[in-house]
Amino acid sequence: MISIKNLHANVEDKNILKGLNLEIKPGEVHAIMGPNGAGKSTLGNVLAGRDNYEVTEGTVVLNGKNILEMEPEERAREGLFLAFQYPVEIPGVSNLEFLKASVDSVRAHQGKPALDSVQFLKLAREKCKAVNLDQSFLKRGVNEGFSGGEKKRNELMQMMLLEPSLCILDETDSGLDIDALQVVAEGVNAMRDANRSFIVVTHYQRLLDYIVPDYVHVLANGRIVKSGGKELALELEEKGYGWLESADNGAA
Amino acid sequence: MAEQFHAQQLALASEQARNPLLAELNAAGQQAFAAASVPNRKTEAWKYTSLHNLLTGDFQRTASQSELTAELREAATLGNLKAPRLVFVNGQLNNELSDALALEQVTLFSQANAAQQALISQHLGTVLAQAADNKSGSAHLFNDLNNAAVNDGVLIHIGKNQRLEQPLQISWLTTAEAQPFSLNGRLLMILENGAEATLVEHYASDEQQQNSFTNALTELVIGDNARLQHYRLQLMQEDALHIGSTHVALARDSQYNAFHLGLGTRLTRNDIVINHNVGGSHCELNGVYIPQNQQLLDFHTCVEHKVPHCTSNEVFRGIMNDKARAVFNGRIHIHPQAQKTLAQLSNKNLLLTNTAEVYTKPELEIYADDVKCAHGATVAQLEEKAMFYMQSRGISKKEAEVMLSFGFINELLEALPHEDIASVLRPLLARRFGRDQSLSRHLLENDISGDNA
Repeated sequence: MISIKNLHANVEDKNILKGLNLEIKPGEVHAIMGPNGAGKSTLGNVLAGRDNYEVTEGTVVLNGKNILEMEPEERAREGLFLAFQYPVEIPGVSNLEFLKASVDSVRAHQGKPALDSVQFLKLAREKCKAVNLDQSFLKRGVNEGFSGGEKKRNELMQMMLLEPSLCILDETDSGLDIDALQVVAEGVNAMRDANRSFIVVTHYQRLLDYIVPDYVHVLANGRIVKSGGKELALELEEKGYGWLESADNGAA
Repeated sequence: MAEQFHAQQLALASEQARNPLLAELNAAGQQAFAAASVPNRKTEAWKYTSLHNLLTGDFQRTASQSELTAELREAATLGNLKAPRLVFVNGQLNNELSDALALEQVTLFSQANAAQQALISQHLGTVLAQAADNKSGSAHLFNDLNNAAVNDGVLIHIGKNQRLEQPLQISWLTTAEAQPFSLNGRLLMILENGAEATLVEHYASDEQQQNSFTNALTELVIGDNARLQHYRLQLMQEDALHIGSTHVALARDSQYNAFHLGLGTRLTRNDIVINHNVGGSHCELNGVYIPQNQQLLDFHTCVEHKVPHCTSNEVFRGIMNDKARAVFNGRIHIHPQAQKTLAQLSNKNLLLTNTAEVYTKPELEIYADDVKCAHGATVAQLEEKAMFYMQSRGISKKEAEVMLSFGFINELLEALPHEDIASVLRPLLARRFGRDQSLSRHLLENDISGDNA
């Protein structure tokens, strides 16, 4: 699915990722945990192609294609989806227009038939229901005045509409109460299948009770310092990250 | 250059002014215009607005009656807006497209009966005169010129407690003639106490290269507890030269709600002066300007709070593309006795290119000590975060730019109280940003969300 090798990246000339390696096969869910400032959010932004995130070394191959030279929209059309930690509010652009523009461009690239307005509206309403958002959210400005939980559910709805092959959830759980967290987790779990992979970036082990990962990685100081199964998350919850960081520094 | 323009316009004005009812106003106007000097770069109110394109024009004549092309006919209907209308083509009333004279509330100065003549004599020029009293830069020589030349015009008189159900549309259209020409449009609207109406003041043209100079002056007299919803739409082809003034007098507890739209031309200058003359009046003044290419578009607004307990809220947004220049000057003047005033002004600007310019200046003059005033102006480019968000969803950079630009002004369109007017403007503005239609297509699918909801 995705193969990340020796990834180095700078943000405003500051070296954040320092040789990150990660292999994800179709259908797998990988959780990435780590202390603040480890580079967790940078990873999502780099993979999605944000300006100002400069890759200085390494390769990222998604479904057989090197994506590092692609514009963000091309990566999205190739099946990469980043659920934002802080979804952007865009007043004046209705959620429905936005979703239609998004789905149209991704489907066109993937050679799927275009949806007409009526078909699309029907689909959008179904997805609204699936993430427990009222249909009135379709008419409102993109994320405009949405609560934290509504924004995250809106991200999830976009993910459902776009049917990406690789979903990156960037701290999707932060700021959510248990109820909202469960809605998001149910949505994600419903999308899990043999051909879709997930990178779940989180600071808290709690999310992983609901979205059970196949692998857990610890990101510290710009690289993955420990990998393991889902039980690693529990260990981290108990011990914190300190012991890993010092272990990494000792090895380096 | 300025001398020739000045002399030509003065000569044309004296030639045009023939209505005995207006003789006094004409004489005063001619005198004032003759004495006035043409603004230049050192004139504060015209500092960033060069009159070069106007002064180099050779306007030897006034307009003549022109034929009505299909294009003009379409422009005149404003997307088949359901409204009684008066349509002027190059200054002449077009009878075929005009049906509003059938209303008792609407007449021309030249057709006014005795009672209507009395109203004209009583009010015409008086709202304008208030701007001169307050020494706002908006009492300029083009208003004098309009006074000097006015021969005919539109009178709208809404009687006490009357309510016009449909909007009333007054359109001034131009089409190119063999030689450049100038015309002075004049509108006087009086709402008696408790009256309510919607006025759509509309300037447009066909798509040929225009060679006209329109000098329009509108005076709105809003009585006690009366309400006016005003749309002033400038949708001319970009070579048209336009100077327009709107002067509003508000009586007790009255309301003026307005939406001013300027697409931009080689020269467009708008002055809007709101006079809060009696307590309890409120004005909601919104506007959008979106010049492109090498256009120059100037809005000078002035809200005069002369008495206590009045409120005003003003929101203007501009998007400048290519090498366009926009000027926004928003003045709020709170007189010493105008205690308990609430006044707000917001002006946000978006520059789409490195060569576009905007000069924005909120101007607060406060002489009372118990008032609440807020003002703000911003100039920005499209937000990187929002661009990335849209691109990360597969939307191309170009389409994202179009959608975000449109969104910036769409907030004001969404707030328009007349959905039929908003739906005329929406495609027009969307296409303005998405010059390639595929880029604006998603902005025009709004309608579907209303079905079976």
